[in-house]
Amino acid sequence: MAKFADNMAKRAGAFMNWVDERLPVTEFWDAHLAKYYAPKNFNFWYYMGSLALLVLVMQIFSGLYLAMHYKPSATEAFASVEYIMRDVDWGWMIRYMHSTGSSFFFVLIYLHMFRSLLYGSHRKPRELLWLFGMVLYLLLMAEAFTGYVLPWGQMSYWGAQVIINLFGAIPEVGETLTQWIRGDYFLSDATLNRFFAFHVVAFPLGLIGFVVLHLAALHKTGSNNPDGIEIKKNKGADGIPLDGIPFHPYYTVKDIFGVALFLILFAAVLFIWPEVGGLFLEHDNFVPADPLVTPEHIKPVWYFTPFYAILKAVPDKLMGVITMGASVVILVFIPWLDRSPVNSIRYKSVWDKVLLGFFAVAFVRLGMLGMAEGTPAQVWEMRLWTTVYFMYFVMLYFMSPRSKTKPVPDRVTH
Amino acid sequence: MKKNMARLLAAAMLSVAVNGPVPASETTEPSGVDVNDIASLQRGAKWYVNYCLSCHSASYMRYNRLAEDLGLGEEMVMQNLVFADAKIGDTMDIAMDPGQAKAWFGTTPPDLSLVGRSRGSDWLYAYLRGFYMDENGAWNNTKIPDLSMPHVLWQLQGIQTPVYRQETSASGFTREVIDHLELQTPGLQSPEEYAGTARDIAAFLEYLGEPAILKRKNIGEWVIAFLVLFTFLAYLLKAEYWRDVH
Repeated sequence: MAKFADNMAKRAGAFMNWVDERLPVTEFWDAHLAKYYAPKNFNFWYYMGSLALLVLVMQIFSGLYLAMHYKPSATEAFASVEYIMRDVDWGWMIRYMHSTGSSFFFVLIYLHMFRSLLYGSHRKPRELLWLFGMVLYLLLMAEAFTGYVLPWGQMSYWGAQVIINLFGAIPEVGETLTQWIRGDYFLSDATLNRFFAFHVVAFPLGLIGFVVLHLAALHKTGSNNPDGIEIKKNKGADGIPLDGIPFHPYYTVKDIFGVALFLILFAAVLFIWPEVGGLFLEHDNFVPADPLVTPEHIKPVWYFTPFYAILKAVPDKLMGVITMGASVVILVFIPWLDRSPVNSIRYKSVWDKVLLGFFAVAFVRLGMLGMAEGTPAQVWEMRLWTTVYFMYFVMLYFMSPRSKTKPVPDRVTH
Repeated sequence: MKKNMARLLAAAMLSVAVNGPVPASETTEPSGVDVNDIASLQRGAKWYVNYCLSCHSASYMRYNRLAEDLGLGEEMVMQNLVFADAKIGDTMDIAMDPGQAKAWFGTTPPDLSLVGRSRGSDWLYAYLRGFYMDENGAWNNTKIPDLSMPHVLWQLQGIQTPVYRQETSASGFTREVIDHLELQTPGLQSPEEYAGTARDIAAFLEYLGEPAILKRKNIGEWVIAFLVLFTFLAYLLKAEYWRDVH
């Protein structure tokens, strides 16, 4: 028996040699998993990246099955979604997987981005990593927007109407631009069809491509950590960072635990509470799109509402569109706005913490206000928090190099 | 310091509550609809087919799905619920021509396949109990003022009339609002019985909006139970591997 096992091991080894001479499988495995050293002090915030990747894969596979039954046509789209919900075997589960996945994707990405603000993961030498992340975020927004139109309910239709019309505010070319996006004089079958094409081909390909770049850049610099210090500065005699542990098996087993925990939450929403009270699946979107009937209260899905509130805070339409655009684009410059001598919030001053806290509160409050009706009092509050939102970046630039920091340890803490 | 920070943030978060529109369902009393009560769904299906289906189709719903989910035989469904010239695998369509319907009612009666999802069962329950005869002798409703639909269930409920009260707004305007409805002419059912009927119809409409609701929660409980066990094992595995790191 032992001889047989020996024999098998030898053969497997020979086979791997055969493959490795032709394709660098073992080399890749070592470089990115078994001999890729990650800081040993990752905390809760470091689950988000791998979970976002998991959700991307889930979205691709559930989307594949939805596309088998969905009809991208203005007359058939709504009915085909109901066909999936009722007549396709397990269709309801696939659809809820996809709808729940889209909202969770944004939850994870917002937490992932906030982690970067906490520990300075965007700072030198990880600026490109942040920029690729920003491209991913913009692609995700485009993917979510085109996807939301596909069920062709009232909110799909009127939400898209409002967002596409924003481009109409641009002087001179605005009108032509909106027609070019819609492919028609109004939001119609042509629009739905092209949105479907972008949603299932162009944007997913872009997402996958930039995920590869994001990971390639990450593995070049190595991960940051909650202490914001470089583990590569302290290497042992063997050239391995003293505070580093191989990604596999340590972080693979840890991420399996994270995935399991996440899936409990995911399954709870998917099976028990898929609408999340109209937040993940809006009530009005169960009414078929009707170009002649405008819903009382048009609002985007929750993950866009912070930016929608910023848009509504500005009285002038063009200025509103510019301000909203700026609120997204300004995130791109964070690596150069943050000039603090330390990376991690742990070693920054109280005022840095208060500043970041206000930014987080402003984002959440704007999100809540963006869903609300928009009474005059609410609009004033939107203005307040929009100011706070932008003040964060100004203060970050001027305050970060001056604020009092604590001494940073040489080695990671626990 | 950390605690103070957290308190400061929490205070900022809670300082001003969002005064969004009060959803209709929140202004009404809870309907007590239980979508898992199969007997209630069966009664609701009966009421729906007898009183609603002549005008309101449910064109995403198939009769045989109804038979399966509500524990009724196909035979029974064919004899008791299918009045139109339909087969068991057909959807619950109506024979009425949309153009004619518009001429008769002023609007085409909407398909009700998904009304349970867009409105919610609490709203539907309140709507079905909110019909009244206004001063002009026309049917009206507290949930949809000046609606074009007559009170189809009036024989069951009887005729209600409104009792008004004066309401002064903050800006000093005084207007009449409906305080409550009063039963003028009793119907075939007592108010309690009619509330039950409205509840059954609302429950049926909730089911109609999403037939999968009957099984998804049950499946979900098993999925979550499995995942909890799996998470526990994954935790043990992680702890075992990480012993030499700590």
